Amino acid sequence: MPEHALRIADVAVTYPNGTVALQPTRLDIAAGAFTVLLGPSGAGKSTLLRSMNGLVRPTQGQVLTAEGTPILRALRAHRARTGMVFQQHQLIGRLTALGNVMTGRLGYHSGLRSLWPLSRAEKRLALEALDRVGLLDRALHRADQLSGGQQQRVGIARALAQQPRLILADEPVASLDPATAARVLELLHGICIADGISAVVSLHQIEFARRFADRIIGLAGGEVVFDGPPTALDDDAIARIYGAAALSPQAPEEIFA
Amino acid sequence: MEGILRAEAAARHRTALSALAVVVVCLAALGLTGFFDAQRFAEGIPALVQLTDEMIPPDFTRWRFWLRPLLDTLAMSIAGTALAVVLSLPLALLAAPNISPHPLLLAAARMLLSALRSVPEIIMGIIFVAAVGFGALPGVLALALHSVGMVGKFYAEAIEHADPMPIEAARAAGASPLQVVTHAVLPQVLPQLADVTIYRWEYHFRASAVLGIVGAGGIGFELIAALRLIDYAQVSAILLAILACVVVVDALGSALRKRLK
Repeated sequence: MPEHALRIADVAVTYPNGTVALQPTRLDIAAGAFTVLLGPSGAGKSTLLRSMNGLVRPTQGQVLTAEGTPILRALRAHRARTGMVFQQHQLIGRLTALGNVMTGRLGYHSGLRSLWPLSRAEKRLALEALDRVGLLDRALHRADQLSGGQQQRVGIARALAQQPRLILADEPVASLDPATAARVLELLHGICIADGISAVVSLHQIEFARRFADRIIGLAGGEVVFDGPPTALDDDAIARIYGAAALSPQAPEEIFA
Repeated sequence: MEGILRAEAAARHRTALSALAVVVVCLAALGLTGFFDAQRFAEGIPALVQLTDEMIPPDFTRWRFWLRPLLDTLAMSIAGTALAVVLSLPLALLAAPNISPHPLLLAAARMLLSALRSVPEIIMGIIFVAAVGFGALPGVLALALHSVGMVGKFYAEAIEHADPMPIEAARAAGASPLQVVTHAVLPQVLPQLADVTIYRWEYHFRASAVLGIVGAGGIGFELIAALRLIDYAQVSAILLAILACVVVVDALGSALRKRLK
């Protein structure tokens, strides 16, 4: 197995309106590790994460797979084995939980084939994914009837149904209450470790990053300003990521909220 | 404080002024179309009274001959709707900015839709009667083609307002553009599409009764025949039969739409 799951080769992103979202960045995402992108809103976490499955196209540089192929050259295959978990779940409310999870299998089928129902084996795969997030008994409930935490677990199950080698999670717990957020992150972390899935997770909460990350990449102003294990994330590093004001005791809730 | 009151009064004056403008435009339109010509009304009212008198009681003696035309009209409305749906869906996908593969295709699809919309179905009916002869077929073609313009526009609007987030999620999972449509867009908007379709079917039943007048089959054909014979008792009976069917179709339609909610 190669050392890295993805190689970010001097990727930079400037949006059409002229905003520089990401300065030229070079990173290797370690295989099998739980990597956390940490930083305030607008630091470029989402842009960096979305460049890893081509939802954002770099204006410079490229993202390479473990085998060294640019992901844009075989985008569909890369996306099929890269699960993504979103901040707003991004489920279809009218569909059942199972129906949403099965959309995770789309990348493995042709357009015509996917007009027919999935095979029994694949439905079973989707049900197993739901079982792993503890929602097997909700499989036939409409997604919009589930709670926020349950919806996010369906989002995770959808990613798992892809049988991914890599999971990208964009602020997966930002819209959940702290207790639910901790449980959902614990679930995601546990599954990734157990299955040897590489994970890149963007977060803005320092505490969660310290607790779950194997490696923290700190971003500020579209630039990597910290890269190291959680133990190396000292006051100095936090000041670089969030600015010196983050360390003043008066306003801790702005960072930890 | 005075400033706020002045601004409030000014806003009120502007509203009153626009209301007055609307009233003036409406009165002008009524005047241009001869509505204020009291003499024509004075002469017209006795004629109306006489017509009404001749219409009562309705003459239902030929009802057996209306069953087949009514069935034809119903079939025309369903066939026209089915054809309109099949043609509308691909055009709507091209005319929805979030799905359309190219801005040029988007513009072309929108142009085609509004062109179809702007030709009334009665004109299409006349053209198709000339092309394929009398009967229900030209009626169906006229209904379908005109409706594509309308249905396609409504479909495109529903598709345009689909939530972009599940669409992004499907793309992220490796879905092809076609799969994005079939598995992320359509599942979201299906209730709206069905709603538009059923509403259109109700409309088609009423419209196909009118289309019979230009020779496009159905009950309208019987209606125009009775009118030509100046048999107003039969005209009123046919109108009542159409009304009864419209009520039934509308009730069926709204029951179907309720089930989709």
